[in-house]
Amino acid sequence: MTLLVVEGLSKRFGAMVAVDRVGFTLAAGEMLALIGPNGAGKTTCFNLLNGQLRPDAGRVTLEGVSLVGLTPRRIWRLGVGRTFQVPAAFASMTACENLQVVLLSHHRRAFRVWRSTRSWYAADALALLERVGVAHVADQRCGTLAYGDLKRVELALALAGRPRLLLMDEPTAGMAPADRQALIALTRALVRERGLAAVFIEHDMDVVFGHADRIIVLDHGRILADGSPAAVRDDAQVRAVYLGTSPGGRGQ
Amino acid sequence: MSRAILEVEALDAWYGAARILTDLSFELRSGEVLALLGRNGAGKTTTLRAVVGLVARRRGRIRIADREVAGLPPYRVARLGIGFVPEDRRIFSGLTVQENLEVGRQPPRAGVPVWSPERLFGLFPALAGLRHRPAGRISGGEQQMLAIARTLMGNPAVLLLDEPAEGLAPRVVDHLAETLRGLKGEGLALLLSEQNLAFAGVVADRVCILEQGRVLHHGTMAALLADPTPAHDHLAL
Amino acid sequence: MSMAHLVVQLLSGLAAGSVLFLIASGLSIIFGVTRIVNFAHGSFTMLGAYLTIDLIGRLPDGGFGFWAAVGLAALVAGGLGVLLERLVLRRLYRSPELFPLLATFGVVLIVQDAALALWGPEDLLGPRAPGLTGTVLVLGLRFPVYDLFLIALGPVVLGLLRLVFHGTGWGTRVRAATEDPEMAAALGIDQHRLFTGVLFLGSALAGLGGALQVPREAITLQMDMATVIEAFVVVVIGGMGSLGGAFVAALLIGVLQAFGILAFPRIALVLVFLVMAVVLMLRPNGLFGRAEPAAGSHQALSQGSFAPPGPLARLVGGIALGLLALVPLAANDYSLIVLTEIFILALFAASLHFLLAVGGMVSFGHAAFFGLGAYGAALAVTGLDAAMLPALALAPLAAGLGAALVGALCVRLGGVYLAMLTLAFAQILWSIVFQWSSVTGGDNGLLGIWPEPWASGRAAYYWLTLVLCAGAMLGLRRLVAAPFGYALRASRDSALRAAAVGLPVDRLRWLAFALAGALAGLAGGLQAFAKGSVFPALLAVPTSVDGLVMVLLGGLEALSGPLVGAAVFHGLETEAMRGTGHWRLLLGAVILAMVLVCPSGLSGVVGRVAARLTGSARRP
Repeated sequence: MTLLVVEGLSKRFGAMVAVDRVGFTLAAGEMLALIGPNGAGKTTCFNLLNGQLRPDAGRVTLEGVSLVGLTPRRIWRLGVGRTFQVPAAFASMTACENLQVVLLSHHRRAFRVWRSTRSWYAADALALLERVGVAHVADQRCGTLAYGDLKRVELALALAGRPRLLLMDEPTAGMAPADRQALIALTRALVRERGLAAVFIEHDMDVVFGHADRIIVLDHGRILADGSPAAVRDDAQVRAVYLGTSPGGRGQ
Repeated sequence: MSRAILEVEALDAWYGAARILTDLSFELRSGEVLALLGRNGAGKTTTLRAVVGLVARRRGRIRIADREVAGLPPYRVARLGIGFVPEDRRIFSGLTVQENLEVGRQPPRAGVPVWSPERLFGLFPALAGLRHRPAGRISGGEQQMLAIARTLMGNPAVLLLDEPAEGLAPRVVDHLAETLRGLKGEGLALLLSEQNLAFAGVVADRVCILEQGRVLHHGTMAALLADPTPAHDHLAL
Repeated sequence: MSMAHLVVQLLSGLAAGSVLFLIASGLSIIFGVTRIVNFAHGSFTMLGAYLTIDLIGRLPDGGFGFWAAVGLAALVAGGLGVLLERLVLRRLYRSPELFPLLATFGVVLIVQDAALALWGPEDLLGPRAPGLTGTVLVLGLRFPVYDLFLIALGPVVLGLLRLVFHGTGWGTRVRAATEDPEMAAALGIDQHRLFTGVLFLGSALAGLGGALQVPREAITLQMDMATVIEAFVVVVIGGMGSLGGAFVAALLIGVLQAFGILAFPRIALVLVFLVMAVVLMLRPNGLFGRAEPAAGSHQALSQGSFAPPGPLARLVGGIALGLLALVPLAANDYSLIVLTEIFILALFAASLHFLLAVGGMVSFGHAAFFGLGAYGAALAVTGLDAAMLPALALAPLAAGLGAALVGALCVRLGGVYLAMLTLAFAQILWSIVFQWSSVTGGDNGLLGIWPEPWASGRAAYYWLTLVLCAGAMLGLRRLVAAPFGYALRASRDSALRAAAVGLPVDRLRWLAFALAGALAGLAGGLQAFAKGSVFPALLAVPTSVDGLVMVLLGGLEALSGPLVGAAVFHGLETEAMRGTGHWRLLLGAVILAMVLVCPSGLSGVVGRVAARLTGSARRP
């Protein structure tokens, strides 16, 4: 089932075309990796999808509903969750409270003024932390969490809004290799189990080629290749532009 | 071989609570190019920033011409002959090309080449015609040239370049490689952060491969090109 | 009015605008590089004026003496700017926005007392400028030559500043450091030296502006705040960091003031404020300003989590409350009056603390809402013959509405804009109350605001205050622990993330702002009946600053901070008033000491000492 449709998406900053007529579709249960050299337009592409930026041209629809021109808040409400490259949990709150805030927002209870936050959705929050494997830090302030744990809390925060589409900006950046594999495997399991679709920007090629169902390679704002990991790996154009051809022969 | 102009020993660095560099050591001589290779997030940029003094939390020894600089503020480090060209170039977009160069100007230093705007316009002819243009309105490739030229105005002994070839057209990259080799020929020491082995291969004498903020491989570029196994292990798909 | 009169009025406005431009350009230059709004800028203008008069008296009569005095005054002001940078600002470049604002306000207080001691409380009139004393005929009306000179001076100074910033290496480096301080440092530029130079130039311009006012108008001790607020408005309208913008805005304000005085003699300032509001709504970065970089270099003011009290804390709190309720059985009237005042101050401080620490919003005009409440209640009594309780109910309502209005304009902007806009609003409100004497009693205030008979005893009113203040503060505490408080804190911790999980950040902030205003208003209402009178001073800037000092004294990280802060502040004020005539000097010194030495407040210091004594680990 097609969940996300992107057509002719374009954005320019002054004279520079950051994203140039990008189009793709995404089905539920699919993990799509967005790769490309720095400056290829990956982050701009993301910000066009999540409403942080407004496209100059193009269409984005989620299950038939247009997302163009909506605020990040509206887009989130329509079922687009996101994780930030630098984990941006609310630092003064515990992991559990972070999730409770998101759940309160999701259930439109953020303006309640009397009953203590403690009693709202604590079980749901714990269940989510449990699911991403960090229930043991539920009562620690996010400002003091270890980086790997924070990344997992970040994932739980994105899931708390019951998204249908997950946008993840470098979900494993800054983590140790073993943790990276575990986190992305967990993400993949969640995507399957909940019937979500996920788009992620990633620089770790082990993560990308090990776990993505499909890869889109961007270069200078355009789609250079779109296909299975095997197809992308063997694409000569991709190897020339993204991986660089070393005098040693094969891609770097 | 001459003595090292830049020595880094047991360098650790953090961003907030996240540890980025662990026990990093290397040295660099005048007229030598060392490439730090590694994937995004391996710690290359942090290494350069830590040398300049732009990382708040760091530990270890950094010596420039035998002088300890680890505790000094960035402007003092720069005045001791360390020039830094950041990855995103960070040209002053509200200033003209010429003014950008003037901001970089430092007094001449003994034993290193002395630069003037005229000499730099000779090195980067594309900039000469743009000298009165606001730097925010020149192309990416021109901005990269300007960023390097601006840093050279400080007459550095060591030039730190963070992924200078990134986002540039192939023709511009060739010119850049040639320029960097020329600078090396003038006796500058170059420390290069790169993901692109192809570019590093034509410029660098030695390489350090970083992963997770540690040095995993250290050797000559010639050896790496002859047997690229370490590069494949740590850089390739 | 004839055409000729209009033209003369226009010219007169342009002359005033020119002087305002000198001052505002200095403020703008300093803000551009240091990201600090220097309150003491207005003090340098005032000092420039006083020094000029003083020096004219010491130098030989005639042209040389006058112009030498003007030049020297500007140089001295510049030198004081250098001192300020070296001793104060340098330590505060990266600290939360509130601290440099407060610290420079501390300097304002110190300078006020110094000026009072040196030159006395009387307004001073200076001589006219030798050589420029005459008038010319403009469409048949006389117009001072000196004003023409000022009109010409504005563009000349603008041109010179352009030359400095675009034609010299120093100016180029300043612009580079303004754009990207880190990169400038990496290129070998010593920021501190550059900043010292900028402070000299900017402060000298302030001093020059003051000196040039001498032949035009009387020099008063109120000049400092009036000047810095006007200059800030100019910078905001023109666009932060744009000298050309400041020039246009200064002339606009000058002319607007000149005609405003004709049309609405009492409230010309309101017109200026309205223009600023419209400009900010249409162009948030000012007429010629560019968007500010999203991430400021200032740290967050508070990372407090304000955990709900544990059982022990609840028990201690309950006992304390019980004891306080029993006080009237044992204490004398004086203690009851003091305690009543402390409760009211504590509620005022708590509402500000909520705004600052939980909401992350710095208000420099919170007293506006305290005053709105006080005047709301007082006017209900004097104007509507209302009884005490309805009047007390009106207080938070009036203040809350006022805060909702101001908040709608400025919570979106946040940061230093919020601080200065609230300050400007408070100043406007003060001038309305001060001038509109037929309703507000003006300087004489409103008298005879006494409680109803059942509450008129010291003990009864004490209990009433205790119940309302404790109730409001406990309610606030509850709110902070409730979803609303968490959502607000989420917006404070990371506005980007908060918006990304569907929280309406601006609406949360706006409601918090209105609520803080309403609670301050309740405190104001209680104050009116406690004193039996209200005066314009209730909503003046010093009262806002008192609030900030109480909050900081108590510490930002604990909800009990405001109570401690209010008690300490009240004690300090009473003692200092009794012991010395130099309350402002002392308060200024206290503020500087607090900001520079122990920004975590008394509770922070106590916490650190306790932690050291018990050897316990730091809190997570």
